[in-house]
Amino acid sequence: MAENNFSVVSARKLGLTFETNDGPVHALSDVDLEVKRGDFVSFIGPSGCGKTTFLRVIADLESATSGEITVNGMTPEGARKSRSYGYVFQAPALYPWRTIEKNIALPLEIMNYSTAERKERIERTLDLVNLAGFGKKYPWQLSGGMQQRASIARALAFDADLLLMDEPFGALDEIVRDHLNEQLLKLWARTEKTICFVTHSIPEAVYLSTKIVVMSPRPGRVTDVITSTLPKDRPLEIRETPEFLAIAHRVREGLRAGHSYEE
Amino acid sequence: MGREKLIQHRIMPVAVIVLVIIAIWYVGAYFMNAPFQRDLDRRANVTSTAIEFLEKTMSQPKPTLPAPHQVASNVFENTFLRKVTSNRSLVYHAWVTLSSTAVGFTLGTLLGILIAVGIVHVKALDRSLMPWIIASQMVPILAIAPMVIVVLGAVNITGLLPKALISTYLSFFPVAVGMVKGLRSPELIQLDLMRTYNASVAQTFWKLRVPASVPFLFTSMKVAIAASLVGAIVGELPTGAVAGIGSKLLAGAYYSQTIDIWAALIAGSVLAALLVAIVALVGKLVERAMGAKPERSLG
Repeated sequence: MAENNFSVVSARKLGLTFETNDGPVHALSDVDLEVKRGDFVSFIGPSGCGKTTFLRVIADLESATSGEITVNGMTPEGARKSRSYGYVFQAPALYPWRTIEKNIALPLEIMNYSTAERKERIERTLDLVNLAGFGKKYPWQLSGGMQQRASIARALAFDADLLLMDEPFGALDEIVRDHLNEQLLKLWARTEKTICFVTHSIPEAVYLSTKIVVMSPRPGRVTDVITSTLPKDRPLEIRETPEFLAIAHRVREGLRAGHSYEE
Repeated sequence: MGREKLIQHRIMPVAVIVLVIIAIWYVGAYFMNAPFQRDLDRRANVTSTAIEFLEKTMSQPKPTLPAPHQVASNVFENTFLRKVTSNRSLVYHAWVTLSSTAVGFTLGTLLGILIAVGIVHVKALDRSLMPWIIASQMVPILAIAPMVIVVLGAVNITGLLPKALISTYLSFFPVAVGMVKGLRSPELIQLDLMRTYNASVAQTFWKLRVPASVPFLFTSMKVAIAASLVGAIVGELPTGAVAGIGSKLLAGAYYSQTIDIWAALIAGSVLAALLVAIVALVGKLVERAMGAKPERSLG
């Protein structure tokens, strides 16, 4: 894939230290990473390994305290100000006083899209996440999985080719999660976006990603980067193939290695 | 909600409490009025049976504690049987008090919102204003009210506005406190979302903070409107006002017209209940229009 050499996210020796009352906490330390255009990169690791923090640094919701990072060739702040990414949080974070379509319209209103274009984009993204016909509902009228899909639609509504997802399916049951994973892959194929995806589920990471970043805590750092050998077209059954299990095994080994120093 | 449930859950408990209060009131009226009645009877050399005596304690023209039916008939007479323009009409007096309550409540709500917006957005105000606001409510309103009326009277501001300003003084506080809480009620994740869109402070304010604060606004307005009414009534006391529920209370006290005092009190309570109910109703309609999940507590 020669045309995919552009680095959407590029981190060099990135570090982030929180000053707390109990002394400094090294949330991230010496993180080197390249995310190429069109990649689906998963960040996996135990809680406290800095995977969410790293995503928040990309999004300019936290600032790195050392090292360098560029997003779309800019500083994270520049990237945020030019609205170059959509962010999906752990919770749907839908505004309860807005209907689903009004929630999707929120970024479009803020970014001054015309009424006609708003309407067109709402319809298109609702369709993309299989929520057509639910636009007039309020969030409480939808199930948790549907709410999270609506929040993905909201992140897709404007023209950002980077999608940052922070454990978006963490609170959902496994059956719904499988279904949404499958849909997410299709959506990724259709939209050709670059996706950074935080998870603590090994099967989810292996099933979805072209690249898996294994992280370990205290200090948060990258212990392994695995490039997936799975084909781009992945039915759910692929999770029983030896190839899939081999990658999952390597991820598990990486996670275990990161933990060993604690014993 | 079915009719049976409405009666069972809403009307029955209230009715029982009202009946209990009325019963206690009658007993109280007998014991409060009995000494004076005994005195009268002795002077007039009358001996009456227990029933006659009981009837007399319930029908004095200036009883220490009027019986409920005396107050009720006074309220009825002065509400429905008089022209609303008459000086004796409770509707007329309630209207006078209501108009200054409304003006004061409106000003107070606006002031409260303005202060809350300032506190939420300007760090210096956040640190400096709150103690003063709280201190302002420590001052007894009965002490402040005459001074406000006198000072404003000296610069030729009389009539409705000084009374309304006392209502404002009492009502801005709950609104300010409630709205500070309301404007700060959005969760971190909802604020982060706005940040990822690079939304301006104004956009975050109008599209997130304001809608999130609406339930808090109505809760605090319910407190504020009752406080406004108290403010208006208190404002009518020192002015020697010729109209309003406050002046009715004062006149009743001057001439020992205890039945009038109680009737005015009832009128004030009914007015307060109506005002709070109206605010609650508007609040419910607004929340419904904003997509709130309908309550099912009584379903």
